[in-house]
Amino acid sequence: MTNTLSFRRRAVNNVMLSLTAVFTVLVVGSLFVILGYLAYNGWHFLNWDFFTKLPTPVGEPGGGMANAIVGSAKMLLVATMIGVPFGFLGGVYLSEFGGEHGLFPFLVRYTTDLLNGVPSIVIGIFAWTVLVRPRHHYSAWAGGIALGIMMVPIALRSTEEFLQGVPNSMREGAMALGASKAWTIFTVVIPAAMKGIISGMMLDLARVAGETAPLLFTALSSRYWSKGWDEPTASLPVMIFNYAVSPYDDWHQQAWAAGFVLLALVLLVNIIARGVLSRATYK
Amino acid sequence: MNEVDGTAVRMVQDPTQTIPAEATKPEMKVQLRTEGVNFYYGKYQALHGIDLDVYRHKITALIGPSGCGKSTFLRTLNRICETISHTRVEGKILLDGEDVMELDVTSLRRRVGMVFQRPNPFPKSIFDNVAYGARINGLHRQKRIRDIVEESLVRAALFEEVKDKLQQSALALSGGQQQRLCIARALAVNPEVLLLDEPCSALDPIATAKIEELLFVLKDTCTMVMVTHNMQQAARTAEYTGFFLLGRLIEFDKTDTIFRNPSKKETEDYITGRFG
Amino acid sequence: MATSQAVVRPANRFFRRVREGNEIAYTITVICAASILLVTVLLVFQLWNNSGIARHKFGWSFIGSQTWDPVNEDFGALPLAFGTLVSSALALLIAVPSGLMAAIFLAELAPPKASDVLTFLIELLAAVPSVIYGLLGIFLLVPILKDHVVPVLKSTLGWLPIFSGPFYGYSMLAAGLVLAIMIIPFIVSVSREVLLAVPVEQREAALGLGATRWEATWQIVIPYASRGIYGSIFLALARALGETMAVTMVIGNNPKIAMSLLAPGYSIAAVIANEFSEASSAMHAASLTELGLVLFAITVIINGAARLMMLTTAEHAK
Ligand SMILES: Nc1ncnc2c1ncn2[C@@H]1O[C@H](COP(=O)(O)OP(=O)(O)OP(=O)(O)O)[C@@H](O)[C@H]1O
Ligand SMILES: [Mg+2]
Repeated sequence: MTNTLSFRRRAVNNVMLSLTAVFTVLVVGSLFVILGYLAYNGWHFLNWDFFTKLPTPVGEPGGGMANAIVGSAKMLLVATMIGVPFGFLGGVYLSEFGGEHGLFPFLVRYTTDLLNGVPSIVIGIFAWTVLVRPRHHYSAWAGGIALGIMMVPIALRSTEEFLQGVPNSMREGAMALGASKAWTIFTVVIPAAMKGIISGMMLDLARVAGETAPLLFTALSSRYWSKGWDEPTASLPVMIFNYAVSPYDDWHQQAWAAGFVLLALVLLVNIIARGVLSRATYK
Repeated sequence: MNEVDGTAVRMVQDPTQTIPAEATKPEMKVQLRTEGVNFYYGKYQALHGIDLDVYRHKITALIGPSGCGKSTFLRTLNRICETISHTRVEGKILLDGEDVMELDVTSLRRRVGMVFQRPNPFPKSIFDNVAYGARINGLHRQKRIRDIVEESLVRAALFEEVKDKLQQSALALSGGQQQRLCIARALAVNPEVLLLDEPCSALDPIATAKIEELLFVLKDTCTMVMVTHNMQQAARTAEYTGFFLLGRLIEFDKTDTIFRNPSKKETEDYITGRFG
Repeated sequence: MATSQAVVRPANRFFRRVREGNEIAYTITVICAASILLVTVLLVFQLWNNSGIARHKFGWSFIGSQTWDPVNEDFGALPLAFGTLVSSALALLIAVPSGLMAAIFLAELAPPKASDVLTFLIELLAAVPSVIYGLLGIFLLVPILKDHVVPVLKSTLGWLPIFSGPFYGYSMLAAGLVLAIMIIPFIVSVSREVLLAVPVEQREAALGLGATRWEATWQIVIPYASRGIYGSIFLALARALGETMAVTMVIGNNPKIAMSLLAPGYSIAAVIANEFSEASSAMHAASLTELGLVLFAITVIINGAARLMMLTTAEHAK
């Protein structure tokens, strides 16, 4: 009786524990499937023209996505100019000035988390109502600003977290030498947390680099070089979307190539940032 | 350090300090005086009416059981206690006769340096750690900064050990070296008073001996207030000793008197308890 | 005694304060912090305002109405909300058990080094852009479903209403699967953290009483961490509900409520993605904006619930 019971329990134990391992392998395996399949297809269609040429008209083979690469870079630049300073300084406020309690810091933390959870497509609508509709045209500005708004919450919270990781004794040490609070923050606390903050920003940037939804109706897309910053502008993610859902085979091939480039960049930045992070002094 | 406005204030005071008649008065030997200092963490009162005189160029030791308010008291002296929110100080703290509350807080802290219980070097190079105080005071001439750094490291008896690796991270030093680095860092701004909160608690006996030696030398230029749990240390190094209990200063006197002939029963209990 | 006031003139004082920079630093950082409040308020205001005409015309029936017809300007959110909910529910149904199992392995069984490496890889998976998942959904998942999975499914479980009808590839099933794959990494990494936070004594107590490893995990550790795990599930749900690109690319884009998972559907986010830039009329744009408002409200509520649970876990753990 007890023997059979313990046999059953042992069997359950072994089966379930093996299952946990199986699922882990499946989950991790899917990364390699994704990478492998994308690399297999993308590499195949990737060539120098992809980086240097404009898209060709339908039916004409060849061409590339040079305009989308430049467009993505432009919009990410705008996004960085918004997301990094606002997120960084807002994070400095929360960690160094705001304190744990108080209504205002609470509201800031609350809305930051709220904004972070807002679906990116909704941010897109918002950017459209503010930046596109009143001006009656799509632009790289609008796309970049939409991405920038998405960057702020994560930049802010990660900055706050890394600054909080700096021990208070650092602050006291600097203040005891006669440094003002501001000098303490900018010459001791922030440098101590710098590696973490930078890697947080890199992860943030990598995340918005792949965002498609907020660009669909802010920057739209384009098959040509956009002059300046105030015209519809192509980006890699939107191109991937448009080409993947199109009925043309050669567009699908371009989508694979673009997907491969985008994923390679995103993962590269992630790996670098996490590598830096693991060697950060504090946290 | 004369470029600094904080020190400019001090220089103007100097003439008044050197009036001969006053200088000979015994109270002029008092550099730091507290009168009826109360301290509150929120509603909790951690210090009750502390009256204490700190004598110029002497070491004053503060002893007492854990949690009796020694650190708190020390932290009121350079107003570093203000960095904790919801705290309040009452009473007077006079530095050379001036109420520290009236002083500009950053120049006060340049005059009253502090060394903390746990070494807290900044995650910068050894050089930058020591140069920090000079730099925030607006000194930018490389040569001058180098001199200050070297001099401070020498004074803190650390120079020989680190002179070849000034550009390496301070975090790579041993605990004792880090603590001496923190002392050097504090000395680099030429403080008149140095507050030491259990500076040896994280150190082994050899490092402790080194730091005690150091304090002895520093006495020539600097007034020191030191919190310690080690009664032999207090007996060895300090001229004056104050005994704290439950937020009150029970007894304050010459170290000899406190250890050999205390007038209060609590003091005697504490000391004999520890010694016996 | 000279006092500092006598020496430091007001002008000097001012410059010293500027040099110390506390006020300047405070002002600048507080403005940046406030900007996020401002943007959020503006966002709600804009969504509310720009959906005005649709809200007036349709009222609450917007949510209950079954038609989404841009040509006749008749807009109801029900089929879209249905698609959003069903695809997300399907995703959770797949992702929660598998994600939890993987999290248990990583937190309880794997040696720490291996666990860290595997978690690193899984977090990379979470960084893959959703449009890439969509791309693979179209060209890898949908063909596999069409050629291998669904024929088997139909021959064995075809009698179930949820597997009835023809299958063209783009479907609720495909959307649910892609979403599941997307949220699993998230569930794994958050749940693993939560499980690792359970005190070792809890496990040791159970093991000491003769429980097997699995029993200790399932009966002691998981219940102890349950709030945190629920929190991670809610966060994952919020992501699934708002996920746009991957769903848009495989769900089939057909605003019909169908019993079968094999039929194409549509989701709130997908409709917005497809139709917004080509909105045919002001009413169309306003209706899409109102959908955005609905999506916003849902995710705010679910994120809030998740945070609440995580918060109480944190307190519980103290
Ligand atoms: N940040 C704080 N908030 C609230 N109460 C505090 C804080 N710091 C200290 N206290 C309280 O004030 C009292 C005095 O603390 P303090 O640190 O000054 O003691 P201490 O004599 O230095 O002890 P130790 O020898 O252990 O360092 C204690 O009861 C302590 O609990
Ligand atoms: Mg103490």
